[in-house]
Amino acid sequence: MTHPDQPSDAGRPAAPDMRVLPCGSHALLVELPDLRAVLGLYDSLRANPPAGVLDLVPASTTLLVKAVPSADLARLAQALREVRYLPRQQADAQAETVRISVHYQGPDLAEVAALTGLTEREVVAAHTGTLWRVAFCGFAPGFGYLVGGDDRLRVPRRTTSRVRVPAGSVALADRFTGVYPVATPGGWQLIGHTDAVLWDTDRQPPALLRPGVRVRFVEAT
Amino acid sequence: MPGPADSTAHPAGPAHPEGTAPAGPVPASAAASACAAAPACDAPQRGLRVLATGMLAVLQDLGRPGQASLGVGHGGAADRGALALANRLVGNPVAAAGIEVTFGGLGVRAIGHLVVAVTGAPCPLRTTAPDGRARARAVNAVFHLRPGEELWLDPPASGLRSYLAVRGGITVPPVLGSRSTDTLANIGPDRLSAGAVLPVGVAANPLPAIDFAPVPGPGGDEVWLRVLFGPRDDWFTAEAREHLVTEPYLVTSEMDRVGMRLSGPALARARTGELPSEGMVRGALQVPPSGQPTLFLADHPLTGGYPVIAVVVDADIDRAAQARPGQRIRFRAASSPGASRPAGG
Repeated sequence: MTHPDQPSDAGRPAAPDMRVLPCGSHALLVELPDLRAVLGLYDSLRANPPAGVLDLVPASTTLLVKAVPSADLARLAQALREVRYLPRQQADAQAETVRISVHYQGPDLAEVAALTGLTEREVVAAHTGTLWRVAFCGFAPGFGYLVGGDDRLRVPRRTTSRVRVPAGSVALADRFTGVYPVATPGGWQLIGHTDAVLWDTDRQPPALLRPGVRVRFVEAT
Repeated sequence: MPGPADSTAHPAGPAHPEGTAPAGPVPASAAASACAAAPACDAPQRGLRVLATGMLAVLQDLGRPGQASLGVGHGGAADRGALALANRLVGNPVAAAGIEVTFGGLGVRAIGHLVVAVTGAPCPLRTTAPDGRARARAVNAVFHLRPGEELWLDPPASGLRSYLAVRGGITVPPVLGSRSTDTLANIGPDRLSAGAVLPVGVAANPLPAIDFAPVPGPGGDEVWLRVLFGPRDDWFTAEAREHLVTEPYLVTSEMDRVGMRLSGPALARARTGELPSEGMVRGALQVPPSGQPTLFLADHPLTGGYPVIAVVVDADIDRAAQARPGQRIRFRAASSPGASRPAGG
């Protein structure tokens, strides 16, 4: 099993190339070379948060570190530079894997096949063929940006977005796949839908897909 | 990567861009009442019946910190200090839920005997007893509402957001640990609407000895806000950085709990290219290609795709949330020792 976005440099400084940028009186923005470094630092900070960290917002090349009001940001910046990668086994052991059953009948499946030069069946095989990982969340509660997919599945967003994408739509855009938790406007390419409940405020935790969670898509029978 | 408004391949597309300014004035109130799903508030012994809401009235407490991994922002009262003061006046914990009223217009009727206070933007307050007797009340002061008595908030002469706290707090069921309405993500209670009945809890603490807090109201003239440059000030010209802290910026009518669009000298970029979406904070001054900044408030999106030239220091954001359309904001560079710019790695 490969983990393209999983750091393998256990014990080394998590991010030797980081830049720590100021972000107001209660936060720091850590800029990193790539998503892999972001996720390595994110995993390490989740496992061993330095004093004063209130919340972490990972994105594709940055990690926003929000601090409690009493935190000393200079000291926190130093602590961030000294973070060591989690050992690989520990990071893997902490990762939760979710299986999501998908009906691959999305309105853009043919378009994705045309864009990628694959057949529709090959698109499905590629989408189900790798273990995805939630890199970060945003856009809407419970919406995760998943990475780790087959490179052949990189497609642009639709040229026009839909006014309403149904909840449970499974979609592709750029290097990401995602599942719409609730019906919203949307511009990603829809390849299927799932009955899985992505967001439920009465569930603990309410979001099925949270940063770090591994996802295996399987074709519904 | 896709276009500048959606540089992490935003799933919504241009119709719902991440990283842009809030979409115009506050939306209309939702039809459902705040406690439609709560059997406990069908007929509370003590509570508030909402008679009118003005342009926007929502329940707020201190929000949902630490839940970004769920895609949930911090949110909470736009003017946290004003909510905390209202709660202290009536002897509540500072994090109790109260009503945030935008530009007055709220009317409520007491169910049972209540102790209340209104803070923030100084609305003229009127109470009307069931026998028709009316009297004026003062803001930043504790007063009683007898059963059936009505409280009306008129539009404030200065400031924008007022807070009504009730002794015992408003106790609709919390969602993800908070009773705040997140107007962007639609989490928490619905926006208040006429007919809603809000249950009031039991007070845990004695009433404080002080029943009046002489606080200065929001100013009617220029609003001075301290900013810390970064994280992306290096995306802008030296002239733009200079403009930001020397020229006035007008608050436009495009403003809500998400943020406010400002109008002033354009903040020109020193570089081209797109910024991958990154985490946003309350107080961030995000600059789209137009060069006109948006100041993010309580319900800002978790991430945004435009560079942030500077961030308003946390202690000044409550005042920013009281600025009205047409009011002038002046930013000044802060030099707080606790927030000195850390050296790059």
